[in-house]
Amino acid sequence: MNGSEAIVKALLEEKVEHIFGFPGGAVMPLYDEFLKHQGELRHILVRHEQGAAHAADAYARVTGKAGICIATSGPGATNLVTGIMNAYMDSSPVIAFAGQVPTSLIGNDAFQESDMMGITLPITKHNFQIRDANKISSTIKKAFTIALNGRPGPVYIDLPKDVQTNEVSAEEKDTHIAGFKPVTAGHPVQIKKAAEMILNAKQPVIIAGGGILWANACPELQQLVEAFSIPITATFMGKSCFPEEHPLYLGVLGMHGRKAANYAVANSDLLIAIGCRFSDRITGNLQTFAKKSKIIHIDIDSAEIGKNVGVDLPIVGDAKNVLQQLNQMLKKMAVKKKNIKWAEKMKRFIQECDCSIDVKGNPIDPRKLVFELGKVLKEQDIVTTGVGQQQMFAAHFLKRSKPHTFISSGGAGTMGFGLPASIGAKVAAPDVQVFDFDGDGSFAMTQQELATAKEENIKVIAVIMNNAYLGMVRQWAELFFDRRYSAVHLKRTPDFAKVAEAYRLKGIRVERDSEIGAALREAYKSDEAVVLDVIVKEEANILPMFTAGANTTDMFGGCIKIKGKLF
Amino acid sequence: MIEGKKIKAKKRKHIIGILVEDHPGVLAKLSGMFSSRGFNIDTIIVGKTAIPGISHIIISLMGDDKTIEQIEKQVNKLIDTIKIIDLSPKHSVVREHCLVKVASNPKTRADLINISKLHKTSVIDISNSSMIIEVVGKPEKINNFLELMRKYGIKEISRTGINAMQRTRDNNHK
Repeated sequence: MNGSEAIVKALLEEKVEHIFGFPGGAVMPLYDEFLKHQGELRHILVRHEQGAAHAADAYARVTGKAGICIATSGPGATNLVTGIMNAYMDSSPVIAFAGQVPTSLIGNDAFQESDMMGITLPITKHNFQIRDANKISSTIKKAFTIALNGRPGPVYIDLPKDVQTNEVSAEEKDTHIAGFKPVTAGHPVQIKKAAEMILNAKQPVIIAGGGILWANACPELQQLVEAFSIPITATFMGKSCFPEEHPLYLGVLGMHGRKAANYAVANSDLLIAIGCRFSDRITGNLQTFAKKSKIIHIDIDSAEIGKNVGVDLPIVGDAKNVLQQLNQMLKKMAVKKKNIKWAEKMKRFIQECDCSIDVKGNPIDPRKLVFELGKVLKEQDIVTTGVGQQQMFAAHFLKRSKPHTFISSGGAGTMGFGLPASIGAKVAAPDVQVFDFDGDGSFAMTQQELATAKEENIKVIAVIMNNAYLGMVRQWAELFFDRRYSAVHLKRTPDFAKVAEAYRLKGIRVERDSEIGAALREAYKSDEAVVLDVIVKEEANILPMFTAGANTTDMFGGCIKIKGKLF
Repeated sequence: MIEGKKIKAKKRKHIIGILVEDHPGVLAKLSGMFSSRGFNIDTIIVGKTAIPGISHIIISLMGDDKTIEQIEKQVNKLIDTIKIIDLSPKHSVVREHCLVKVASNPKTRADLINISKLHKTSVIDISNSSMIIEVVGKPEKINNFLELMRKYGIKEISRTGINAMQRTRDNNHK
């Protein structure tokens, strides 16, 4: 057995079925081996390595399994970097492989050599360079263990070319990682304290983060919410972890979140934060954030606890386990307590902040587009997004109630994520419809992946909210730079419907609000990928919002229907 | 663990021992993490341990309790980290090694040798114009000695950084 055979064998042992990649000199031995395994290992040829990393990322988010991407050495590997960083910021278990120059040439500035170990160091959970074919199997096993356990995260593996062809003589069997012992269950003493705090709270609020989704803790979360009528808000990464139509669901919180959510957090006396990291987009001004609340922070990564926000009760553990423990403990304490008054107040507030608005008229209002998209989506359909205004419109107005049906670039905010992510999601879930809700700026960054969709017959529907601007930057320029627009006007180039046609796919241009529904339904029924170029109002803002670093309660603009003081 | 929101913001010296897997790139990962998160290292030493395949890294740094806690957690997160050992001077023996080259001439030589003897340091090289003195001890002792040497003219200093080891407390004698 040579190195390449060992790599494929190790991947098959980990039940890998799909690989997103782009070949090149330094990975040709491995690609040659892929040919022999086409039935069991599907390789999806992307058109740019960044697309492979994003597709693998989304694949991981949909399946909970590791997403695999591969590139050649040098520029191929560096093209993966944005995608790896994206996965790192959103804790996604991507395993990225890249070729490397033969071990004898490492450090010599050989053709297409780059120090990927150095480059990926700060953006991976861990990285490996395999210098000995005997260590291929053990290293790949370790990589999967690290990527998938504890807080998930990307692992990079450097594959020098000679290692791919060398004979495996004495395979290393030891796959123990001495320094890797993720905590899974919460400490019983802390669980008891948390239960007491919950029972004593008058105005509790839950913040549910992406950790809920990674831990598949959605049912346990719902149990906790309903047992004590605790209003719940999700972080942007937590979106879809809780049914959005639920009367206790406050919406997404943070800079572009729902007023109801931010106000509820600010006025709570107990915050139960689960699987989130209190990013600056959520806390705003740290001095005033949740000033009145005690904070219970549950996270699998102890380094997140106390990093940004001081907490009163830390619980390190897997969200599912901890919530199970907590629910049991609360049941045992057998106190029938519902915070009816607080819950009713919140329910009223939620209704008053309801954002399901059907804004008619032309040019099309972005909210109308989201409204129509919401109508055609089935519960299990998946929506990925680009980054920018359209992403926040989706976060705010598009209701997603089944876990893992909303996939977006949160921590990194990577423009161009949407289309390759939709391809990865569709490969992971071929039986549902996958929409890429994108912007004209964001879509253009990775639009070459339409070729991947065409050639690999991966049916995704790209809906482009085309406002002819880098909309979010334009919005900030309008609000914070006195409407001085610097390099943000895209002037509706290209014609995205024609771009789709150039890739021999269907493209539909939509200019009237009355045409949106029909176009979406046509795309839904199509057998092949479709691009909808929806021409919307140029200078629509996504509101409400608060300014970076401001108090979360200082939101301006937005969709509160009834005026008056609620607190 | 943090209890309550008020954490002392007073900066003080901390010594952290880290047991890591001994393979290429481990030090880069550790120091890379320190720089990318904006933590400053005062001294760092790396060496072998009694166990094959495991290295010992000892870092000394200034920081408030919150920062140090965050540093320890981030260090712990590195896959190559096996264990973190608290090496605060309360429970540990703390030593540093220093070589200092001091200007000397026939007039000052005897003086220097006397001071050196009094401080239990060793003169290990003598030339016509200078001598090298070896100082081993707590960092404060080295600082004091260097202060004494200053008036003679220090030409070069080479310090190893802080080395430390936890004391074993025999519970029977408590």
